[in-house]
Amino acid sequence: MSVDLGLSPDQESIAELFDGFFTNEAPPAVARAAEPLGFDRDLWTKVIELGAPGMGSAPENGGGGASLGDLVVVAETVGRSIAPIPLVDHLAALSLLTDEDLISGESIAGVAVRRADANGVWSLVPTGAVANVVIGIDGDETVVVRSTPPMSGPRNHGSMPIADRSAREGTRIVLGPASLFDVVLDRWKLLTAASLVGIADAAKELGVAYVKEREQFGVPVGSFQAVQHGLADLPVAIDGGRLLTHKAAWALDTVTDGLIDWANNDITDGPALATMALLFAADAAVMATDRSLHYHGGYGFAEEYDIQMYYRRARGWSLILDDPTTVSLSLADRLFGPVEG
Amino acid sequence: MDFSLSPEVVEFRDEIRSIVREFVTPEIADRMHTTGVFDAPELNLELGRRGILERACPGLGKGDPIEMYVMFNELEKAGAPYDGLAVALMIAAVVNKLGTDEQKERIIPSIISGEALVCMGYSEADFGSDVASIKTRAVKDGDEWVINGSKMWTTLAQVAEWLILLTRTDLDLPKHKGLTMFILPMNTPGITVEPVHTLGTEVTNATWYDDVRVGDEAVLGGENNGWRTMTTVLAFERGVMGGTNAGVPLLRHFHEWAVANGVFDEPTTRERMARSVIDMQVATLLTMRSAWIAASGGMPGLEGSMTKVFAVEAYQRASRWTQATAGPAGLLQFHEEGAAGEGFVEYDARHSPVMSIYGGTTEINRNNIAERHLGLPKSR
Repeated sequence: MSVDLGLSPDQESIAELFDGFFTNEAPPAVARAAEPLGFDRDLWTKVIELGAPGMGSAPENGGGGASLGDLVVVAETVGRSIAPIPLVDHLAALSLLTDEDLISGESIAGVAVRRADANGVWSLVPTGAVANVVIGIDGDETVVVRSTPPMSGPRNHGSMPIADRSAREGTRIVLGPASLFDVVLDRWKLLTAASLVGIADAAKELGVAYVKEREQFGVPVGSFQAVQHGLADLPVAIDGGRLLTHKAAWALDTVTDGLIDWANNDITDGPALATMALLFAADAAVMATDRSLHYHGGYGFAEEYDIQMYYRRARGWSLILDDPTTVSLSLADRLFGPVEG
Repeated sequence: MDFSLSPEVVEFRDEIRSIVREFVTPEIADRMHTTGVFDAPELNLELGRRGILERACPGLGKGDPIEMYVMFNELEKAGAPYDGLAVALMIAAVVNKLGTDEQKERIIPSIISGEALVCMGYSEADFGSDVASIKTRAVKDGDEWVINGSKMWTTLAQVAEWLILLTRTDLDLPKHKGLTMFILPMNTPGITVEPVHTLGTEVTNATWYDDVRVGDEAVLGGENNGWRTMTTVLAFERGVMGGTNAGVPLLRHFHEWAVANGVFDEPTTRERMARSVIDMQVATLLTMRSAWIAASGGMPGLEGSMTKVFAVEAYQRASRWTQATAGPAGLLQFHEEGAAGEGFVEYDARHSPVMSIYGGTTEINRNNIAERHLGLPKSR
């Protein structure tokens, strides 16, 4: 027990393994080819071979027993590669699900991040187009529904496999009260935050590489201070987002009855930190993709260049939960207590 | 990653907190804002008496950077006047790292006992960010050095016992190479101090040096080695020793006022407040990272630049929205009836712009990040 802000040797290996895997198997062309649905079955099959779908599940259920910190490392590599697979949602859903076909990855689990409407419809489930099993809240219960995925959905900004799903049709199991779902949503926020840090990091790399290469007025555009200062903000936001995400993972994994002493800047409450990480990482990804795209000049908005794919996903992955004001206000309730009356 | 403090550090933190409760009284805060001296001798002496300064100083005692981070973090969150302490400890650390044995024996005990402060003479009227171009001269005369010139922003010169002074000793070498750092007593004949009043309350100084004579015992870090000495100081300054959590007391003061005046239930206020709490948390994590790098044997110079850019702008954002939200009450100063946050909202709006300038402007820090982290070409 003392401060250690480096990745563990195991996590270094995990990062290397997954970054290497995605670099080889999921270069941006793979994400491009998977549009508009945003799902590549072959890539998912390969990820199964790595044991990724069940890596966070308990060993007694056939899972890998990885810590949340380990999963954060994996989620960041998913973001860096914008791999068209629903790994983040699957890993989050499995915090409550132990079915063998989900732990193996043979079937895909999705998270209904917003509760079902009065008709029992979960609207725009992030992986609704491809998930065989969806977990979420219907009424005042946490339910899990197994049904046939539509394998299509509305075309959208982030080329995500989103679709409406029924919370009532299919094989439905009531897991418990609505509050049971908190652990899934906290993990979803945490891993989504990590994947957004990955997007920001990749966008920064693309932008920096481009401005070193691209010349105008006889010099690299990256030699201009206006461009440099815009890019200099990115590693700061990325490192800050990464630290906050790992702190949230550490708190969710190891801290019970964490502190919410914001007046002394002492916060060790996992759920609060997960929401904070999501809001911060979303801003980081939006800023990084915004600036990187801009410094590409005209090529930034040419479809042929990759940065526009990161730009759209930075917004897609972060807005699918809700608008940031609503998320901030739910955080405010947790930090400051709810508004009275 | 592990974000927990060891039991030993928790005990250390709790000791600091109890000292803060006893010594950082409203009267001390008031004195700081009346005199413009951001220092509390009674607090320094207590920290010195208990061996805490020695324990926290890099390279001395236990010298755990995590403890140093914890100490300044607690002082800053409490709104304590700690600027004097931060500079003094930073210089004690540099003397310990680069000084001769004689200098260590002569200078360090006076600092870690909490008795002596240090002021820094780097910038000049014409050289701020371009500090390597300074003109103050030190010329060898027999066994002595004779120093002539002037400095700006020599904060705490009116109360400090020691002065660390950047001079030019060789006109023929490139500008970064012909510099020498001296450390000398402020009561050395030939030094004049004139106050400079500032927007952020703190009184700083202009200082003049007329035929100031010192021996080789005053050279710190070697002749013509002044730039390295200075970057060593800055690496300690940027990041760990305060200046990265200044928004925390502001949010606390603002919150008390907002609740009492029934504006804290406004969704806009709650959203902004939540966002600033996130900012403060990120600022402290970046600071903790610098401390952790130092604890692991590294020099967090670049990370310090990153921390400073983020933390200062987070503080400025908080200051901007709290004052705007408070409206007219955010204009009222200390002791005025109805002042938002008992005047802190107004004070922070004057203090926050100062912080992106001193100790290296955010532009200089962004240059550092662009060149050293992103590998972009030098832009100036």
